[in-house]
Amino acid sequence: MTGNRPVLTMTGISKTFPGVRALHDVDFRLFPGEVHALMGENGAGKSTLIKVLTGVYGTDAGVITLDGEQVSFSGPMQAAAAGVSTVYQEVNLCTNLSVAENVFIGREPRRLGAVRWGEMRRRARDLLARLDLDLDVSAPLGTYSLAVQQMVAIARAIDVQARVLILDEPTSSLDAGEVAQLFRIMRQLRDEGIAILFVTHFLDQVYGIADRITVLRNGTLVGEYRTEELPQFSLVEKMIGQELDVLERLDEQQKRATVDTADEAPLVDADGLGRRGAVAPFSLRIHAGEVVGLAGLLGSGRTEVARLIFGADRADHGQVRLDAGRAPVRNPIQAIGQGVGFCSENRRAEGIVPELTVRENMILAMQAARGWLRPIPRRRQDELVRRYVEALSIRPANPELPVRNLSGGNQQKVLLARWLITEPRLLILDEPTRGIDVGAKAEIQKLVVQLSDGGMAVLFISAELEEVLRLSHRVAVMRDREMVAQLDNDDTLDADRVMRTIASGTTRKEVTR
Amino acid sequence: MSSTSLTTGRSWRPSLPRRHVPVLATLALLLVMYGIGVSQYRAFSNIQVVFNVFIDNGFLLVVAVGMTFVILTGGIDLSVGSVVAMTAMVSASLLRDGLPAALVLVIALLIGPTLGFLMGCAIHFFEIQPFIVTLAGMFFARGMCTFISDSSISITDGFWTSMSQQRIGDPAGNFVSISVLIAFAVVLIAAYVLAYTRFGRNVYAVGGNAQSALLMGLPVARTRIAVYTISGLCSAIGGILLSFYTLSGAPLIAVGMELDVIAAVVIGGTVLTGGSGYVFGTVLGVLVLGVIQTLITFDGSLNSWWTKIVIGGLLFAFILLQRLIGIRFK
Repeated sequence: MTGNRPVLTMTGISKTFPGVRALHDVDFRLFPGEVHALMGENGAGKSTLIKVLTGVYGTDAGVITLDGEQVSFSGPMQAAAAGVSTVYQEVNLCTNLSVAENVFIGREPRRLGAVRWGEMRRRARDLLARLDLDLDVSAPLGTYSLAVQQMVAIARAIDVQARVLILDEPTSSLDAGEVAQLFRIMRQLRDEGIAILFVTHFLDQVYGIADRITVLRNGTLVGEYRTEELPQFSLVEKMIGQELDVLERLDEQQKRATVDTADEAPLVDADGLGRRGAVAPFSLRIHAGEVVGLAGLLGSGRTEVARLIFGADRADHGQVRLDAGRAPVRNPIQAIGQGVGFCSENRRAEGIVPELTVRENMILAMQAARGWLRPIPRRRQDELVRRYVEALSIRPANPELPVRNLSGGNQQKVLLARWLITEPRLLILDEPTRGIDVGAKAEIQKLVVQLSDGGMAVLFISAELEEVLRLSHRVAVMRDREMVAQLDNDDTLDADRVMRTIASGTTRKEVTR
Repeated sequence: MSSTSLTTGRSWRPSLPRRHVPVLATLALLLVMYGIGVSQYRAFSNIQVVFNVFIDNGFLLVVAVGMTFVILTGGIDLSVGSVVAMTAMVSASLLRDGLPAALVLVIALLIGPTLGFLMGCAIHFFEIQPFIVTLAGMFFARGMCTFISDSSISITDGFWTSMSQQRIGDPAGNFVSISVLIAFAVVLIAAYVLAYTRFGRNVYAVGGNAQSALLMGLPVARTRIAVYTISGLCSAIGGILLSFYTLSGAPLIAVGMELDVIAAVVIGGTVLTGGSGYVFGTVLGVLVLGVIQTLITFDGSLNSWWTKIVIGGLLFAFILLQRLIGIRFK
């Protein structure tokens, strides 16, 4: 299937944004008639590579050739005109226009300047028939499902004689059946000789469709592999960039004794909780004094689990209760009222209010829980804030300083203090140690241990497996937006086994490498 | 073959296209109101009543057509009433100063589009809310009216008076004015442009999703600036028609007209968030306003403010209707 000559090559591509080296000396090639998956964790440089290719960004260094000729596109339109079309994650079409118009707008068939509607509809029907789609082309696009809209976007992309089709996470909002339809179309286009660059987070999908895989990590090329020569397990290893053996050595820290919870009623009982498009239904119980770690690749649904338990997203399946018998949690206000604290992953956008002082930021959640009509006396505020500034060793120890003047680690501690002041029974920590220095990281880890020893239940989310293993009594493994396993953190559990679980979706210990 | 399962991805299949519902509702409303008029007042069935609605609202119709372009892109133009007044004032004062009618027409027809073009640029390039930019335009144009003269200027020019008095009618004595024909011409041109030109389709695309339109490679900047320019041009034509109608320019004429125009466009089924609507609907919307006025005039006992009350109620009902359709649509 693979031609001898690549239709597209990118050689030595580098791209630096202020303060970030997004791509460094990356090579990439694409053959006609292949589906080529571009893999990597968030921030590995996949999107940047695509944007460099389609001319959204310029390159700092490197050469792009199309059919052997050097090219440099000024933008997606010029790229599309040259035969490199992109379909984005969100469908970028106009739902108020008809299907036919969405395929052809900007290059409608015309006679004397007048749009020829009949001709346009006929050509749209022909084109969609090529994709085995039988649609009413004069109906507004918005009347069709997202999957169909996605395929109309593909129809638009291939109408311009595309030789290279870039699909940037096209499946993220599709269900299994819709993905199958998309794959059918992808295979058909591949067999017609179109080169398809496919970006996805879903490992299964890569093995379902891709002929070849290129892995990026931290803006550098890890390698290019034929799919059949790269077991899923190795792929995960290459994406994360840690040899499993190395990880094992790192994990020489003492294990946390598993708390004996068999006969105790759980504090948190999530029963069949799920939300379409975010995370498949899962059940999870957390006992008082227990730390449950959530492991999985970025984008595997970890944050979504936390948001569902906190009620930040509405579950369309199942429910979550604190203390069997009480009303299920449906929104964050109820969650806070029942003693749940949630330190979000994105502390700048969702947590910290940079202009407010350390004291004001810390008091926010407690004030919200009390209701705004019952202000907390200033003396009590000062007392609480002093206590937590000290307990978490927040530096500088000045409660009246605007939070934006603090370092990332100290901001994170302020955010933690905000929830600790409310004395939660369940604390959800989403990536609490990301992007902070080693010292602050160790302090936060120590704090988690102390809190759980004091009887608080903690749901701990982190991309760093060693951290999860060090702190958790139990590890729930996420994969492709599904909770695939819950493993007791006993002597047999190590990073290797968690990694295998992430890769294979089962708890089998032996996986051929 | 799973293509059959794909067609089921379509969530509903109505007997009539949903996007036509608002226009049809307006049409039904218009017919009902006309029916009420005919059944209550014998003279209402005279065809001249309908003609008079057009004669009295010709300038409103033209301005509403321009507003339809703007609202289709999801914008708003509050300056139209002031631009109408300014155009009439400029014409009246230039004619008083003795300039030839043809030159006055050219100058008057240039002012509106120029202001519209500038507002469009401000809205697009500086990403300022259309509401606030055109509000500034509205104050500016209204201020210019009083700057030209703080009292009304009458027009005695031969061309203007002939345009004002020209009647085009049938032997039975029914007639329309030249203004009505001009308004019809504007409506037909606008309908053609919106339905059959790339620019027209881009207007709908920008109103549907400007971000997508940009990614599909459509000229969003040009389209957005053009609709405000077109609205300015329509306001200028409306101003000329108003000066034909009143044979004067007055600094405080057409105050609040922009709101009537917006009401007519919305009642005509154009969605305020953009992307959906027809010029034909706008014609119906203007007619609804005209027929309400006529009904209240015929009644004689009702205060003319009843017009506003009825329009207010209708506007609310139509926005609600759009919202209900929109919820199902998304």
